[in-house]
Amino acid sequence: MLGRAANGVYWMSRYLERAENTARLIDVGFHLALTGSSKDSQHDEWRSVLTTAGLIDDYEAIHSDFSGPQVFNYILRDKDNPGSVLSMIEYARTNARVVRTSITNSVWEATNEGWMTLSEMLSRPVRETNLGEVLTAIRRTGTLVRGALEGTMLRNEVFNFSRIGTFIERADNTARILDVKYYVLLPSNAWVGSNLDNQQWDTLLRSVAGNRAFSWLNAGAMDPREIARFLILDGQFPRSLVFCYEKLRSNMAGLAKEYGCETSAHEILREAGTRLHQLDVEQIFDQGLHEFLQDFITKTNEIGRAIAADYRFTE
Amino acid sequence: MSTTNAVNFDEMLHEDGTVRSAYADFRNWYDAQDKGWLKRQDAEAERFFRRIGITFNVYGEADAEERLIPFDMIPRIITAKEWRKLTKGIEQRVRALNAFLQDLYHRQEIIRSGRLPVSALRNNEAFLSQMIGFTPPGGVYTHIVGIDLVRTGPDDFMVLEDNARTPSGVSYMLENRETMMAMFPDLFTQIPVRPVSDYPRRLARSLRACAPAAYNAAKGKRPVVAVLTPGIYNSAYFEHAFLADQMGAELVEGSDLRVMDGRVAMRTTTGYKAIDVIYRRVDDDYLDPLTFNPDSVLGVAGIMDVYRSGGITIANAPGTGIADDKAIYSYMPEIVEFYTGEKPILSNVPTWRCSEADSLAYVLDNLKDLVVKEVHGSGGYGMLIGPTSSKKELAAFELKLRAKPENYIAQPTLSLSTVPIFTREGLAPRHVDLRPFVLVSPDGIDITPGGLTRVALKKGSLVVNSSQGGGTKDSWVLED
Repeated sequence: MLGRAANGVYWMSRYLERAENTARLIDVGFHLALTGSSKDSQHDEWRSVLTTAGLIDDYEAIHSDFSGPQVFNYILRDKDNPGSVLSMIEYARTNARVVRTSITNSVWEATNEGWMTLSEMLSRPVRETNLGEVLTAIRRTGTLVRGALEGTMLRNEVFNFSRIGTFIERADNTARILDVKYYVLLPSNAWVGSNLDNQQWDTLLRSVAGNRAFSWLNAGAMDPREIARFLILDGQFPRSLVFCYEKLRSNMAGLAKEYGCETSAHEILREAGTRLHQLDVEQIFDQGLHEFLQDFITKTNEIGRAIAADYRFTE
Repeated sequence: MSTTNAVNFDEMLHEDGTVRSAYADFRNWYDAQDKGWLKRQDAEAERFFRRIGITFNVYGEADAEERLIPFDMIPRIITAKEWRKLTKGIEQRVRALNAFLQDLYHRQEIIRSGRLPVSALRNNEAFLSQMIGFTPPGGVYTHIVGIDLVRTGPDDFMVLEDNARTPSGVSYMLENRETMMAMFPDLFTQIPVRPVSDYPRRLARSLRACAPAAYNAAKGKRPVVAVLTPGIYNSAYFEHAFLADQMGAELVEGSDLRVMDGRVAMRTTTGYKAIDVIYRRVDDDYLDPLTFNPDSVLGVAGIMDVYRSGGITIANAPGTGIADDKAIYSYMPEIVEFYTGEKPILSNVPTWRCSEADSLAYVLDNLKDLVVKEVHGSGGYGMLIGPTSSKKELAAFELKLRAKPENYIAQPTLSLSTVPIFTREGLAPRHVDLRPFVLVSPDGIDITPGGLTRVALKKGSLVVNSSQGGGTKDSWVLED
């Protein structure tokens, strides 16, 4: 396949994943605002949503306060925000147009319909009353496209590049969310085990759609180490760092099989994956959670760049 | 002559209001349908097109980036007998076009014989000196041709325009049929309509039949075909992607390509891979920055050298534009006769060349009754339709005409045939044209039954171009 087409499916999948994750972040921020803590703490939450989404600097350049509707409209649809969900959906759809000949009609139509629905919904300011509906539509677009990929695509290089895009983005996302909130998992705070902690931990799990899964696995008990282990090392949870790397590994193996050779990206991934597997949660805390996450984010970016170079995404 | 000509030929109805035989079966079906249901289907069709993304981009309309070409669900119907005659005429014309191009870029016998003045070539940008003395692989210049036909009576089909560069619209022909079959499957079980769906396969076969010298058949691999598109912002991008997809060909952009080892190669995930045949949807001028427009980023630097040394086939060949130039058009009857030795089966629309003093005088005297077109224009831009223009517009156009008469040709306002469209108030006649698609390969000339019917949706309008508010219809050729 063309390098440009590989680039297209990769970014189509990344942007859809990013849009979905951003919707979840907003959902959590909104949820916190509703549970009625003080105005200051609400603003702190919206602030941390912006930080996790990587938009805080751009936002603060224009705005000085952090009211909910202003923040979520900025993230969702603001024309001054090149990283808005609306532009992510547009980028995803533009990339899908570029690679129309590589994807099935079902995948194209799911992407295109999502774009049609969302650009209509986001053509007007979003209010608190219809925020839920908008966020659901964003998540549904991601779900429908993934379902169409899963159900209709040949398991070939195109599929591999799409999955690689999804899991690079997801690994990066989970790591970022964790990194913004890592302090709530640190021992010094955790010994207290107050209601506030419980709420913070719950928020963190919700941000990666892991609150229910975590409850199932731990019979409802909350423990910061266990939460960190779950989000980083759990092989069953589809948004954990280990899970994302395992998917990267299998899809990269698919490429190596199809092309009959490995590339430098395989090597970097293997090294990083092995290290991740050898760690347990104690070692991560000993090393420093923040440092660990920073390293992980850097390494994931490096893998992404190596894939783009090795498979000739651009000239 | 006027635009709302009461006596124009209606393809469905006789003058007394009875139904012509071509439409008899369809009309029976139509009369039996619930009109409320038809209206709902009509609305459904638009949603269907939007969802699958059959849109086109209109230049110069920033906020309406992607628009739909309106689809009308009443088919345009042509009988087997009518089609047989059209087929003969089209084939003759396309044969003549290729022979004409071969001659123009070699001995220029037609000029030596005095049938075509040398002035028709001189200063004509569509004539490419780089093609002189070169014969494209398989001797084919125009691999894909679209012949625009208009009808003025039961037996009167005329050629309005030959499209020998990169005719577009074939994806609409295919999708219109798909849509009709999805919406009204029973219609196709009741009425035998000739299929069009194998066009992409025929196109692929036709292109592969023109592989260049460098293609090595001994390796047992089929020639590698790629469609070259200017990219997603081009008005016909949907069609480029559609055709590549249906042919199983790669859809490439200039940035994917480079010249390597005497071949044009595309950048794949595992390295550069040579292309044998390139179906380019990029104009001559943008094809090769080393040979033509040096600012072009849409083409491939050095592709013309590769082409001339037998490393690639370019479809259509560069320089074919000279054959569909509007100034050349007026000579087509002579051209057909010169190369085929036969009388033209399809006639031309009478055309005045404004470069000739007598003609110019006539055109200026009769401007309000004529259609005046730019010689190098297309898409309905820059033309004057006398009968619907105001005095002010006529006066302004007269100035342009006097300043550069050689830039214009003029034709009578034809009373184009009408075909019904579906409106909220029922069926209503609208003017149409027809663009059949023709494939040329060393194996012969292949015409897909039907083509693209374009329809002027506005009552009385004669302009069918999609860029000017025209729509399209499914076009049926009935089985014998």
